[in-house]
Amino acid sequence: MGKQDTYSHISYLEHKGRFKGIMSWLTSTDHKKIGLMYLYAIVVFFFVAAVLGVLMRIEKMNPGPDIMDAQTYNGIFTLHGVIMIFIVVIPGIAAVFGNFFLPIMIGAKDVAFPKLNLFSWYVYIIGAILGVLSQFAGDGPPDTGWTFYVPYAANSSTNVIFALTAAFVLGFSSILTGLNFIVTIHRLRAPGMTFFKMPLFPWSLYATAWIQILATPIVGITLLMVIAERVLHIGFFDPALGGDPLLFQHLFWIYSHPAVYVMILPAMGVVTEIFPTFSQKPVFGYGAIAISSLAIAVVGYFVWGHHMFTTGISYWSRWFFSFLTFIVAVPSAIKVFNWISTMYGGSIQMRPPLLYAISFIFLFLIGGFTGLTLGALATNVHVHDTSFVVAHFHYIIFGGMGFAFFAAMHYWFPKIYGRMYSDKMAYIAWGILFVGFNVLYFPLFILGLQGMPRRYFDYLPEYHNGHLISSIGAFITFTGLILMIGNLIYHRRRGVVAPSNPYQGVTLEWQIESPPTHENFETIPVIQNPPYLFKKTEK
Amino acid sequence: MFNNGASNLAEGVDKAFAFIFITALIFIVAITAFMIWTVVRYRRSKNKEAAQFTGSVKLEIIWTVIPTIIVLIMFWYGWMGFREMRRVPEDALEITAIGRIWEWEFDYGNGKLSKTLVVPINQPVKLNLVSEDYNHSLFIPAFRVKEDVVPGYDNFLWFEPTFLGEYDILCTEYCGLLHYDMVTLARVVEQEEYETWLTDLEATGNIPDHPGLAVLKKNACLACHSLEGVKLVGPAFDGVFGTERIIVDESGNEKTILVDADYIKKSVYEPNAEIVKGYGKNLMQSYDKLVSEEEIAQIVEYLKDLK
Repeated sequence: MGKQDTYSHISYLEHKGRFKGIMSWLTSTDHKKIGLMYLYAIVVFFFVAAVLGVLMRIEKMNPGPDIMDAQTYNGIFTLHGVIMIFIVVIPGIAAVFGNFFLPIMIGAKDVAFPKLNLFSWYVYIIGAILGVLSQFAGDGPPDTGWTFYVPYAANSSTNVIFALTAAFVLGFSSILTGLNFIVTIHRLRAPGMTFFKMPLFPWSLYATAWIQILATPIVGITLLMVIAERVLHIGFFDPALGGDPLLFQHLFWIYSHPAVYVMILPAMGVVTEIFPTFSQKPVFGYGAIAISSLAIAVVGYFVWGHHMFTTGISYWSRWFFSFLTFIVAVPSAIKVFNWISTMYGGSIQMRPPLLYAISFIFLFLIGGFTGLTLGALATNVHVHDTSFVVAHFHYIIFGGMGFAFFAAMHYWFPKIYGRMYSDKMAYIAWGILFVGFNVLYFPLFILGLQGMPRRYFDYLPEYHNGHLISSIGAFITFTGLILMIGNLIYHRRRGVVAPSNPYQGVTLEWQIESPPTHENFETIPVIQNPPYLFKKTEK
Repeated sequence: MFNNGASNLAEGVDKAFAFIFITALIFIVAITAFMIWTVVRYRRSKNKEAAQFTGSVKLEIIWTVIPTIIVLIMFWYGWMGFREMRRVPEDALEITAIGRIWEWEFDYGNGKLSKTLVVPINQPVKLNLVSEDYNHSLFIPAFRVKEDVVPGYDNFLWFEPTFLGEYDILCTEYCGLLHYDMVTLARVVEQEEYETWLTDLEATGNIPDHPGLAVLKKNACLACHSLEGVKLVGPAFDGVFGTERIIVDESGNEKTILVDADYIKKSVYEPNAEIVKGYGKNLMQSYDKLVSEEEIAQIVEYLKDLK
């Protein structure tokens, strides 16, 4: 098929720095290489945590102990949560695709502080290693859940301090990346690129970065307080020492709810890039999408109490937190309508990235509406802390952020590696993954409505069918994931050489070589047009 | 889809579920169908030229306002169902639910403890939630009630069971190793059966102090007044009520009085006004600000029975 063996230019992948081989990566301050180092770490950790998830599902296929005991199960769901949340999902899209594409999309040669960027990656790796060490060092794997609720976390005899320190360290990586992105966006936009000429993926990263900077320190200090409580017996949260257990929950969720937006906003940014490209049509409602990102980031700060509706907070706190939770749903709805309107009337080319982006909307809708079920006071009382919640946040985080991540991997794969993946294989993998995902998580909604609590090693016999179906879904999902990632890994070196703009995108990353050169741009472009202009003749 | 409600609160909760789920279904189906239709109708082979419109203020306003209204209705349903959960009727039967790793215990008062919750049908029941260690959460799916059991917090929940039967009680706040096993039953029975059950329930727990005794203990009265006829700084309390004593008043005159409710009140508020002969003056301060009239009445009730 007239296959070209290689591209002709010297890309960032072949760029000669001071070192060769792996050291050329580990010492590189190139935002693209750092982005890929995050990608490889995240993919590895994602599969580790996914295997833990499958182990939990195997255990719960049948009532009674099957392949592990209760303590092991409690350790596994804790590790699964800690890895997925702190190591995979929070850095996720921002650290990988943000690092790689933010500078390119705004016409810069790198982020504002390249050395700080590399330092953030090392902080991240140290945090991740601490998280892994918590399993082996000390007194056994932590068993508190990723939420570290006190008093249990202050008293558990397991190795909680390592896990807390890991989350604390990972927080710094997140703060530094956020800081870097904010300065980059403020200072390094190409001449002529005003804020409202900036593509929407950078917009979403901008909103995200503010959350990372402002909210992460709160969880940092909170985790330190738990460590102080365990080591020095200072009574912050443990009532046995004179502390207040609800104070911990407040401080924890003041960060951890906005953290949900750290996960989902970049995901929204990714699909906002994909819809116009494959429709050959400008984004519908550019301003509405940009502003709704900021609205989500701001209002998202004031809804943390909806994680605490049943803890005994006052009547009116519950009222206000529920009210604001419904308000924060509106900007998300606006985005959904704008994405669909972007496709409407376009010249739509179905490719794997678009398929992932469309399934993102579908799964995000289910996750969003079940989120409203949890935000309403009366229904929350019934489904709070049941498997309904587990299903809800997997639809948002895995179905939302995860599918957007997969969309981004396919969308930018030709740009990153200069090769094409197999579309056919990508469709097959998507089909298996999409079916498996719904078979895995949808039954958990039903189980939750029936009263199945979360974090249960075992369950009453009436919940058996749902658990069995869900476990079967886990195997299907895992198969789909292997096929999807296998397709990408295989074609990273062997795929057809990709042109610089395989999907006729119009944002800046498509105007440079695939893969980009070390410097991205020979000369910094001057921006005159709005970001999604497909036809220069029309206004 | 899920088990039928067995309490008065189920209706409000299930209504909110119904409204949210039906709205969700309509929107999810409509939006998904529209997406699929768009992708098929405007596929590149059929539609080579993409339209280039970039937005519509009118549409943005429509799809901001309509979702806002819909979510506010959802909020309202949620609030209405929840409001009932916080309005505990005055005649509610109060039971203390104790959570500890990894079991539930229900305290019916007078030392009567049970591992299962037994309640009479059509009787409002208020559970006062007490944790002895970590966070727990008491969940009865059939009643649609759940509230966390947090150490140091006076949380509660209430319900009125409307169907006879046995219902699961589960712990829904992770509490360690056997969290999954912190499960018991709520048994809803007829009123007569409940009364028989409660009468037959053996008192195995601590029988709480008489309220009057509790007041005496709280104010450290017993440091100087014995309950067992021993002469301490002040006269002993046992057997004193209803008897006659010789007292010395402030001007030093002796007279005989009857120890009744008024005398006890006077002894608390103006301890030096009438002192029993043989005891020292100015050793006791007035408890004017510290003991209420209601508490004095409780002390009187207690002393009446203290022979």
